[in-house]
Amino acid sequence: MNADFTTEELAFEQEVREFLDSEFPANLRSKVDAGIRLSKDELVHWQKILYKKGWAAPNWPVENGGTGWTPTQKYIFATEMGLIGAPEPVPFGMKMVAPVIMAYGSEEQKQRFLPDILESNVWWCQGYSEPNAGSDLASLKTSAVLDGDEYVVNGSKTWNTYGQYADWIFCLVRTDNTVKKQEGISFLLIDMKSPGITLKPIVLLDGHAEVNEVFFDDVRVPANNLIGEENKGWTYAKVLLTHERTNISGVPRGKRRLKALKRIAADTSDGNGSYMLHNAAFRKKLAEAEIDLQALEYSELRTLAALSVGKAPGPESSILKIVGTELAQRMDELFVELAGYHCLPFVPEQFEEGFEGESMGPGNSAASALTYFNNRKLSIFGGSNEVQRNIISKAVLGL
Amino acid sequence: MDFSYTEEQQMLQESVQKFVQKSYEFDTRNKIIASETGFSEENWQLFAELGWLTVPFKEEDGGFGGSAVDLIVMMEEFGKAMLVEPFTSTTVICGGLISALGSDEQKAELIPQILDGSLQLACAYAESGSRYNLASVEAKAVVEGGSAKISGKKIAVINGSNAGKLLVVARESGAESDRDGISIFIIDGDADGVSRSAYANIDGKKAAEITLDSVTVPESQRLGATGSAISALEEVIDRATIGISAEAVGALESLLQKTVEYSKTRKQFGTSIGTFQALQHRMADMFIECQLARSIVIRAAMELDSTASDVEKARSVSAAKSRVGKAIRKVGQEAIQIHGGIGMTEELDVGHLFKRVTALDVMFGNADYHTERFASL
Repeated sequence: MNADFTTEELAFEQEVREFLDSEFPANLRSKVDAGIRLSKDELVHWQKILYKKGWAAPNWPVENGGTGWTPTQKYIFATEMGLIGAPEPVPFGMKMVAPVIMAYGSEEQKQRFLPDILESNVWWCQGYSEPNAGSDLASLKTSAVLDGDEYVVNGSKTWNTYGQYADWIFCLVRTDNTVKKQEGISFLLIDMKSPGITLKPIVLLDGHAEVNEVFFDDVRVPANNLIGEENKGWTYAKVLLTHERTNISGVPRGKRRLKALKRIAADTSDGNGSYMLHNAAFRKKLAEAEIDLQALEYSELRTLAALSVGKAPGPESSILKIVGTELAQRMDELFVELAGYHCLPFVPEQFEEGFEGESMGPGNSAASALTYFNNRKLSIFGGSNEVQRNIISKAVLGL
Repeated sequence: MDFSYTEEQQMLQESVQKFVQKSYEFDTRNKIIASETGFSEENWQLFAELGWLTVPFKEEDGGFGGSAVDLIVMMEEFGKAMLVEPFTSTTVICGGLISALGSDEQKAELIPQILDGSLQLACAYAESGSRYNLASVEAKAVVEGGSAKISGKKIAVINGSNAGKLLVVARESGAESDRDGISIFIIDGDADGVSRSAYANIDGKKAAEITLDSVTVPESQRLGATGSAISALEEVIDRATIGISAEAVGALESLLQKTVEYSKTRKQFGTSIGTFQALQHRMADMFIECQLARSIVIRAAMELDSTASDVEKARSVSAAKSRVGKAIRKVGQEAIQIHGGIGMTEELDVGHLFKRVTALDVMFGNADYHTERFASL
């Protein structure tokens, strides 16, 4: 048994490190460190740098412009990105719709959509959840009715992340009401500029409208935007959800944040002439987080080792999702605890580009509560942690 | 043994409940928060008319009696409605300090103005390096020729931007964390040398960071004897801590109630999610947390009203805040999780309750701080 990288893998790690060190723009890095939200242009700019290097799509096959990396190489790349805080590609195009198009789309659809996703020319968003279809996604109601060579779409989608930036949306729509709910669903690609689409921003607890409700009012969609066969959308969507659930453990980001916690703790007065890094209760929590991070990392590596010998990602990814998100949320609590009274000011603008007002608190302390609030989403989205526990109970434990 | 409220306490509770139901709905509260001052002057005047502002004061100060149990009766109802009016800052903390330390003249001048709603106050005690230690004071007061010159920077001054007068905690002598040498001065909110940067807190209450640059006041504006304010300050903050712990209990009960209601109406997989045992057990645990929090707050309030020693009183306050902090984490997070995405939106009150209790957890020291303090006393 060993957990070592091979010589080739170590060389690859070095190459990734050097590339990120020289090519990840310094202004983006300082923004990430200061907790400032990156703009669409900045994310696209970074993605295009990766594209130029040929590293835009680690998970794609070579023939589509992917890297052809082994699972271990993908892991190394994701780790190095996470450690310096370089943003991963916005997942909706690259990681969510593209694998479905590759697997089930027509040749025409592949040529039409994949290159623009790879080059980050087109921004995608997701149309899955509905107000009454959350964890029970298959009960969705947004309908698509064929009229000549067009579908007419009516209904609404919610928790649509970054739809305000999106050019296209991939949707699950109901095309048959008469069958079992999973069997009447289709997978449809819709141009966001289509007449009849309106967006309503949803402001979350951190004051930012990161998600939207999307309304479809007699939206006409060319029938050739249907992926695969009508009423097979649920099968396609399940494939996509497996992709959504990989790389969700967030170990590299966790390591980066743990480092930040230690740095801040070393600098935060305990009110008694010492620093929070030496406070027994806080030290214990910090140590517990680090220990869990180690356990999580090796759980991920064990999954990775299985993938490397050709095993399919199984329900083990549910472990990574649950532990990764709950650990991230615990770290959010630690940032809030360190900030003390400095976590109280609610000044979300302070962490937006171009803020010219007076900044509150030292460092990112005034962002700590905002992040704590926002990251409650981690255990809710991508298949809530309750759904993940159901998967483990059923698929692993056979209950 | 009898844990029921007296008739007077019941009347007080009903009076607050009636006001909250009639005049403090979620939408109304949002409008109040969005206003310039971040509180309703009209409500404040009404509180004065109803006699609520007298509750924290002793009878000899013209108050209702100043019992801690009376205070928690009110604060719990305030908590359910997420009241933003600066009750704790003005009456419990500043009123308490004036009552404990003030001269007859100071009391006669200020307390009637608090009781009739014409004066609001804020206490500037916390500093960037103080964390929750009230004796950690860097702000300096230099007394010379009958006047004090105060300089320093204060953070998290709740109601600091609206207050007509500020009670500023400053050091006259001693090293940074010495208990001796700490005084409290009354200064005008708009005195020369005071700059206030106002902001709203995560829970909608208005606050300010305040910089004092050689603010000069006559020595007569000192509350109490030179350099000996720390014990009174700790006692008053302890009382406020029990008040906001009761406020948290009210907010947590609201969170529990709303979560249970939601789980009965929200349907997924063809049934209400409240029928899932995995969620039922978690809501049962939320209920247990709420009950424990309520019990320990009542215990502490009774202790404060008793003849227990100062140390026993302080320990009971820290026990309560520590236990309430634990309940805040558990009940708050579960309420959001069980609501799912909708619980994370600005438009639903659940998220605002979550933000309020998160702020209350921090105020006057979080669970870790009070656990340590409990152990050390």
